[in-house]
Amino acid sequence: MRDAIVINLKDNVATAVRDLNKDTIVKVEVSGKVLEIKLRDQIKLGHKFAIKRIRKGEYIIKYGEPIGRALRDIEIGEHVHIHNVGVLDLPEA
Amino acid sequence: MSDGSFLGYVREDGSVGTRNYVLVIPSVGCSSEVAARIASNVNGAVSLYFNSLYSCIEAPKGNVERAKTVLSGLAQNPNVASVLVVGLGCEGLPADELADDIAKSGKHVEAVVIQKEGGTINTIRRGTAIVSRMVEDASKLKRESVGVENLSVAVECGGSDTTSGLAANPATGVAVDKIINAGGTVIFSEVTELVGAEKLLAKRAVNSEVSDKIIRVIKATREVTKKMGKETMAKGNVEGGLTTVQEKALGFIYKTGSAPIQDVLDYGEKPKKKGLFLMNTPGQDIESITGMVAGGRSQVVLFTTGRGNAIGFPIAPVIKICGNPRTVELMKDNIDVNVATIIEGKETIKEAGERLFNYILEVASGKFVSAERFGFREIAITNVYQYV
Repeated sequence: MRDAIVINLKDNVATAVRDLNKDTIVKVEVSGKVLEIKLRDQIKLGHKFAIKRIRKGEYIIKYGEPIGRALRDIEIGEHVHIHNVGVLDLPEA
Repeated sequence: MSDGSFLGYVREDGSVGTRNYVLVIPSVGCSSEVAARIASNVNGAVSLYFNSLYSCIEAPKGNVERAKTVLSGLAQNPNVASVLVVGLGCEGLPADELADDIAKSGKHVEAVVIQKEGGTINTIRRGTAIVSRMVEDASKLKRESVGVENLSVAVECGGSDTTSGLAANPATGVAVDKIINAGGTVIFSEVTELVGAEKLLAKRAVNSEVSDKIIRVIKATREVTKKMGKETMAKGNVEGGLTTVQEKALGFIYKTGSAPIQDVLDYGEKPKKKGLFLMNTPGQDIESITGMVAGGRSQVVLFTTGRGNAIGFPIAPVIKICGNPRTVELMKDNIDVNVATIIEGKETIKEAGERLFNYILEVASGKFVSAERFGFREIAITNVYQYV
């Protein structure tokens, strides 16, 4: 059983596929390479954590595409969700 | 069959069926039961059953036109060898008119009308004789090896959960890319699920006209659902870990792979070329599949699910693809392709997608999926006007 999945190699977040505990080291595979990441938060199944340092204002990338913008600096292993991610506008065309 | 070929029924017009049904179509909901009785009398025949097919003489023109487009499209599907239309006699879509429209495609079609035959017993007797002869002819046809460019596939998802966007949809995207690269056609739909993916889908359009259409059609759906008080992001989505509507939509559209989008089709509209198309349908699975199979002349349906689903379709195999290990175990009867291997760490997305592609070719060549083994054949047409 994996800990988390990175869908696209451009992604800066991984999604947990089981409940993961704070302060544990989890393994994440990105195009054949295994990253070891120490979790700074409790990450529930389906929730995301940062696998790269994301600075305030930068995009959160999942599926290789922007899904939101960092409201503050986010460290590797931190929970990425509505508390630190701002929404992107929908087109009004 | 990893060379990208399958064994199909080559029709006179060059199209290729993955199945070889004689189809019995009611031209109005009122003849559904008689159509079903006729089909059940003959092995190899299948009927469409509608309680809601409102092509009555009193129905709005838009609904009657929609019924004609969809029923004619289903009749022209390469999975269908020949057709019997069963009318009541007073409907707004007369059996002969529908049969004439089907005949234009070159498909062999006949019609019986309950009010003219003199009741249901006579209609069933005459219809059974016609369908029996049709099956005799159809059964002579043998499967031949053909290329994937002959395949049109409809892609749907239902009963989604967290695993859908992580396993089943990405794996399906790999298989979809392989079908498109081989020269085939793929239709996706459910515009309600695309809110948030407007820009990304628009970028994948073949030209600016299609790009504008994509944005327009998603915005129109967004406004309608907003009026209905339906939230695009439900509370449960956020609790489950989805942060934004973009993330939700991307998980959904990952099953469409990465090919350019050729055009936006109306419900039941036939694409004018090959490649990837978006069809404007509601999110309701059965209605959405009906529109895609009718317009896309699709011979196979791919259905991704997280929580599991059992539905089939009368004239096309519906392949259930599931990435949730628990559902795969719990609903063994209904899941055809297990891609929970991605989450379990046994396969990559690409490996699972390639395995799925090979499975699609096996099904196209005649292997029965779960919904076919059980004889499940759900169908429904989205009315243009809902309240009449």
